[in-house]
Amino acid sequence: MHPNKPATLHLENGAEFKGHSFGYDQAIDGEVVFSTAMVGYPESLTDPSYSGQILCVTYPLVGNYGVPEDSVEGNLSKLFESEKIHVRGLVISDYSFKYSHWNAKKSLDEWLKEHKIPGIYGVDTRELTKILREKGSMLGKIVPQGANLEIMEDPNLVNQVDVVSCKEVIRYGNEGKKIVLVDCGVKHNIIRCLLRRGVQIIRVPWDYDFSKLEYDGLFISNGPGNPDFCDITVENIKKALSEDRPIFGICMGNQLLSKAGGAQTFKLKYGHRSHNQPVRMVNTTRCFITSQNHGYAVDNNTLGSDWEPLFINMNDSTNEGIKHKSKPFFSCQFHPEASSGPTDTEFLFDDFIKLL
Amino acid sequence: MDKNIKKVLLLGSGALKIGEAGEFDYSGSQALKAMKEEGIETVLINPNIATVQTSEGVADKIYFLPVTPYFVEEVIKKEKPQGILLAFGGQTALNCGVELYKTGVLEKYNLKVLGTPVQSIMDTEDRELFVRKLDQIDVKTIKSHAVETIENAKIAAKDLGYPVILRAAYALGGLGSGFCDNEDELDILAGKAFSYSTQVLVEKSLKGWKEIEYEVVRDCYDNCITVCNMENFDPLGIHTGESIVVAPSQTLTNSEYHMLRELSIKIVRHIGIVGECNVQYAFDPYSEDYRVIEVNARLSRSSALASKATGYPLAFVAAKLGLGYGLFELKNSVTKTTPAFFEPALDYIVCKIPRWDLSKFQGVSREIGSSMKSVGEVMAIGRSFEEAIQKGLRMIGQGAHGFVANREIIVEDIDKSLREPTDNRIFVISKAFQKGYTVDQIHELTKIDRWFLDKLQNIVLTSKKLSALEEIEELSDQLLLKAKKEGFSDFQIARLIFKDRTDPDITASLIRTIRKERGIKPVVKQIDTLAAEYPAQTNYLYLTYNGTANDVKYLGDHKSIIVLGSGAYRIGSSVEFDWCSVNALQTIRNTGWRGVMINYNPETVSTDYDMCDRLYFDELTYERVMDIYELENPHGMIVSVGGQIPNNLALKLDKSGVNLLGTSAKSIDNAEDRHKFSSMLDRLGVDQPRWKELTTLHEVNEFVDIVGFPVLVRPSYVLSGAAMNVCSNNSELEQFLKLAANVSKKHPVVVSEFIQNAKEIELDAVAKNGEIIAYAVSEHIEFAGVHSGDATIQFPPQKLYVETSRRIKKIARRIAEELNITGPFNIQFLAKENDIKVIECNLRASRSFPFVSKVLKINFIELAAKVMTGTEVTPPSNSAFDLDYVGIKASQFSFSRLQKADPVLGVDMASTGEVGCIGDDTNEAILTAMLSVGYRIPKKNILISSGSAKQKADLLMASKLLSQKGYNLYATGGSHKYLIDNNIPATLVHWPSEPDMQPQAMQMLKEKQLDFVINIPKNLTQIELENGYKIRRAAVDFNVPLITNARLASAFIIAFCSMNIEDIQIKSWDEYKTY
Repeated sequence: MHPNKPATLHLENGAEFKGHSFGYDQAIDGEVVFSTAMVGYPESLTDPSYSGQILCVTYPLVGNYGVPEDSVEGNLSKLFESEKIHVRGLVISDYSFKYSHWNAKKSLDEWLKEHKIPGIYGVDTRELTKILREKGSMLGKIVPQGANLEIMEDPNLVNQVDVVSCKEVIRYGNEGKKIVLVDCGVKHNIIRCLLRRGVQIIRVPWDYDFSKLEYDGLFISNGPGNPDFCDITVENIKKALSEDRPIFGICMGNQLLSKAGGAQTFKLKYGHRSHNQPVRMVNTTRCFITSQNHGYAVDNNTLGSDWEPLFINMNDSTNEGIKHKSKPFFSCQFHPEASSGPTDTEFLFDDFIKLL
Repeated sequence: MDKNIKKVLLLGSGALKIGEAGEFDYSGSQALKAMKEEGIETVLINPNIATVQTSEGVADKIYFLPVTPYFVEEVIKKEKPQGILLAFGGQTALNCGVELYKTGVLEKYNLKVLGTPVQSIMDTEDRELFVRKLDQIDVKTIKSHAVETIENAKIAAKDLGYPVILRAAYALGGLGSGFCDNEDELDILAGKAFSYSTQVLVEKSLKGWKEIEYEVVRDCYDNCITVCNMENFDPLGIHTGESIVVAPSQTLTNSEYHMLRELSIKIVRHIGIVGECNVQYAFDPYSEDYRVIEVNARLSRSSALASKATGYPLAFVAAKLGLGYGLFELKNSVTKTTPAFFEPALDYIVCKIPRWDLSKFQGVSREIGSSMKSVGEVMAIGRSFEEAIQKGLRMIGQGAHGFVANREIIVEDIDKSLREPTDNRIFVISKAFQKGYTVDQIHELTKIDRWFLDKLQNIVLTSKKLSALEEIEELSDQLLLKAKKEGFSDFQIARLIFKDRTDPDITASLIRTIRKERGIKPVVKQIDTLAAEYPAQTNYLYLTYNGTANDVKYLGDHKSIIVLGSGAYRIGSSVEFDWCSVNALQTIRNTGWRGVMINYNPETVSTDYDMCDRLYFDELTYERVMDIYELENPHGMIVSVGGQIPNNLALKLDKSGVNLLGTSAKSIDNAEDRHKFSSMLDRLGVDQPRWKELTTLHEVNEFVDIVGFPVLVRPSYVLSGAAMNVCSNNSELEQFLKLAANVSKKHPVVVSEFIQNAKEIELDAVAKNGEIIAYAVSEHIEFAGVHSGDATIQFPPQKLYVETSRRIKKIARRIAEELNITGPFNIQFLAKENDIKVIECNLRASRSFPFVSKVLKINFIELAAKVMTGTEVTPPSNSAFDLDYVGIKASQFSFSRLQKADPVLGVDMASTGEVGCIGDDTNEAILTAMLSVGYRIPKKNILISSGSAKQKADLLMASKLLSQKGYNLYATGGSHKYLIDNNIPATLVHWPSEPDMQPQAMQMLKEKQLDFVINIPKNLTQIELENGYKIRRAAVDFNVPLITNARLASAFIIAFCSMNIEDIQIKSWDEYKTY
């Protein structure tokens, strides 16, 4: 470890943040994004939605409880959101070199090294966040002293969904109703939430034509990047819309379902990247705190006549979910599976299962 | 929202006491503000006259009456409100509300409880109901056995296995509770617990588990949020009020954090809270196992802390929810655009540290545990734990400069002190690190999570790097920045580098200069509730070295005025200075300036970001105040409304070029410096008690030969115990000087003549350019010798010679002129016959400013602030000082929480709070005030043991009255003889030292046969008299009202013998008219 080795975070607008290197000692580039979550770095780092991104954690003290030893059995991680770290780099303010927790097996620094992920600490993450929120997203690179990285490649030019989606069909469980899960970069807690409710899952790659499969319900997962890369998925969903089998989507799944239903998406002025997003179920007094991580939203005004908003964000009134007026199709922009984040909306999985 | 509610009654929490302090002024004020915003008329009952909530314009009607069922019902009868708020006045208001519900009063007057229903409150307060309630939803609680006798407590303890914890049901924050390791300990503790409650709970102890709290808000639509969670630095076993607490939690994983969050919501929904509540957990450090410790169905100390820690105004929102609003209908008051239904995201850490004042109490146990003893707290904000805790340790204001570089403390047995924590625990940890203890060793002994200890060790490691430097030139930018990021002050760095070679105050300035030259400066960050995710216009700020850019832009227009607040509440400085600060800010803003506040006390109203244009929640040290001054570039600064802390900074700030508004720093120094002040008085021909600063025992004896005993001795360096002492004879003097104070050239003692049986008189005033424009003279009920903060004060004076009064005004005028005072000031006088001596003079607002301002209905702070900012004022007319009524300020003591402390009054202050009540005459005012601080009119039996002959004589008239009124008098030896000799019937009671004789004083107290105890210590020395101490302590422990001063006892007796409780008029503040 080089606890004092200087490193610099460069942004594409020329801004620079000085700090110190930790994790893997190498330069890295990516789209710099932030999250205001105060807990859950092992979960965030393994969330496939962060593919191609350098994550800035606004909570300044990170690494406190170390990292537990994960195990992957039958293509399912026990504790994390996928089999590996998906962020390209990590930016924090104050790193805890020493951790303390009964289930920790290694430090965050060791874990990052293991997965060859560079990190930088000592950064004014609040100032960085203020810049990022205004620009929406920005390319950047972490460069430890002595390392070099001239260019910054835009990870959004690559279809990140294709990068993180499974390459072949994976099956979970052998009893209960069958759910096709379209994997755009699914978080493993979604799989765990569904399995806990006694169903079988057929996890298929993002571009897989599932219409030939025998199933009782369709689930469209979360995923990284721009939904426009997923036209194939949208086409596949459109086919399912002509039938009556229940459909449930989360995050990217909300956007793809909306697009299949004829709606458009747009880039938010201020993205939702936190554990404290308030949403309200439309036409009710029911409100929920949700975990979110997205920069694009569905335009409520473009929803087709068969569709209506299901949830609305209480901060900026943007769409947080849609439902079909007559058929059992619905989706949400937030993460009811949480992990990390609040668990208020896990009941949506129950709602989906009941429809099957 | 409920449209039928036009008028509401809010119950306050009364005098500040341990366990119930300023936080309830804050929550009550917020609730009143919320009601006002809805156009609802508000009625407030709170005898605490020094609070912000009892100020003009906060509530529509204010009653300075006791918060007890009788008086509350009387006010309800008169005011006929439709709703009542019970959740904003601490346990006092809650208990009173439950009582009113149970006796059917609320129903009788058709009064709607706004917010959490009383049944839900009872479900959380009664342990058995609580456990049963949570069992219904399979939530684990600490299983306890509710018992009604000591025998059953023993059986339960045996069943659970020791160690066990005992708790008294319905008791204020852990009163009468504690741990027992064996049956003997249980025997003693159970006796005490049963004196507070008929029900005592025996529980299995979970010592060593983590303690975690969640602040939960629920609306009547069943929407729930957790605004904040907090983690105790100290493990379970130490009351959360005694623990260092951080927010948010630091050692919980995502799954742990959200498991407990989900549970909190489940609990709160099941109990049916509407508004705010707090859920406390014990959490296993080796698994995800938990127990719910308790749920507080009201605003609490933790909720005030959570509000300040997050910027989320819990009390304000809770009040609105009580009216039937949904969270989605209310706005986030920081962003002003987003809804109140959200959970703040923090991008900083806050650290709360309790402040104890145990050295003020003779004989008190210094161990901290399951019952609360701290008198105040601070909240430090930083972007690293090291930064936050070092800031916090400076803030508590007990001489610490941080975690390291403090004056060496002596710890006899480090292992024992780590295992059995005292108020010194954090410094014992520091000492242990210095002595080479490892994190693991300290963890084993303290059970404090290693994460916290590792961080503390970082501070120690950096301090070692700094002390390894020989000279300043060796200090690298990197190390300097690292130290600043870990919260080191310039002073600490200077002391570590320069050791004790030079005056650290001078070298600290050198570090400051070097640091600024190298561009190492703190940055200002906002508390915005959203961790910068959205832009927010917020004026709630703190400073940190863990950052590179400021969040705010500075105008540099010199249109702002900085007010320095009062810091941690402590004995001698509490809510009264918050009132002064708030009023100064209001006046500043009303006169066209921007008001800027610096303060760090989460219990205050002055640290509410609504109160000022900018709030710096940060240190009141020279270093930090200068940092802010340089950034803010204000018109000037006010140091005279926040008590002694800002006052002490005046000279240094002035030397650094700060524009101090009001009286000059030189004058402040002339009043503060004993020698300068004394020679000024001589010059003015004003008398003062003779005094001398002395450096040898011989000199002391010579001086005493001249002035005679008793003398007041003030050492400049205290070895142990109280800082001041009255010595009545040679042996006492020698003992004190040898044991307690180290007399030497370096540590002189000040010895002054102590005048007995003299009246103490105070003058609070405001002057402009040396001319007094408003003044208030008040008189102590007790004779001099009782600290002015403990004394019962009467205003206007009722028994002062006209001549005395005239002379006092004359002296005050001369002093004001000589010191060219502009602003608030206070002078204390001694008067015997018409002989007047000045004891001290403070060129700042005093503790009694809110009291005299409110009784007189002339806001002294408003006048002072106007004077200091150069705004025109019209001095009040002379007739304004003529009143048809009397105000009495009485003190609240918290001895019941301070185990073993001798509940006597002396020259050092011991009270934790006060009330101020108004009456048409002294009797009415004094009775109301005494009832407000918890005294009860005795029913039948009174014990008198009255000390010296003089004191016996002082009590004679009152004793006669008691006898005539049909009271049964009991008295110990000498007092009994004196009463009989004077033809007053009395029964002889035996001293504790004669345990075989009957009746026995201790037995009678234990069996609740006595309703009132008057015990006057023989002399004013602190050397306890075993017998008297035992009786006093037993009275406190068994919750029997006790008075230890003859003059106060007489005044109280005369009051309750001349009128009944029903004779006290139910009159609101505005019904007392001035001319």
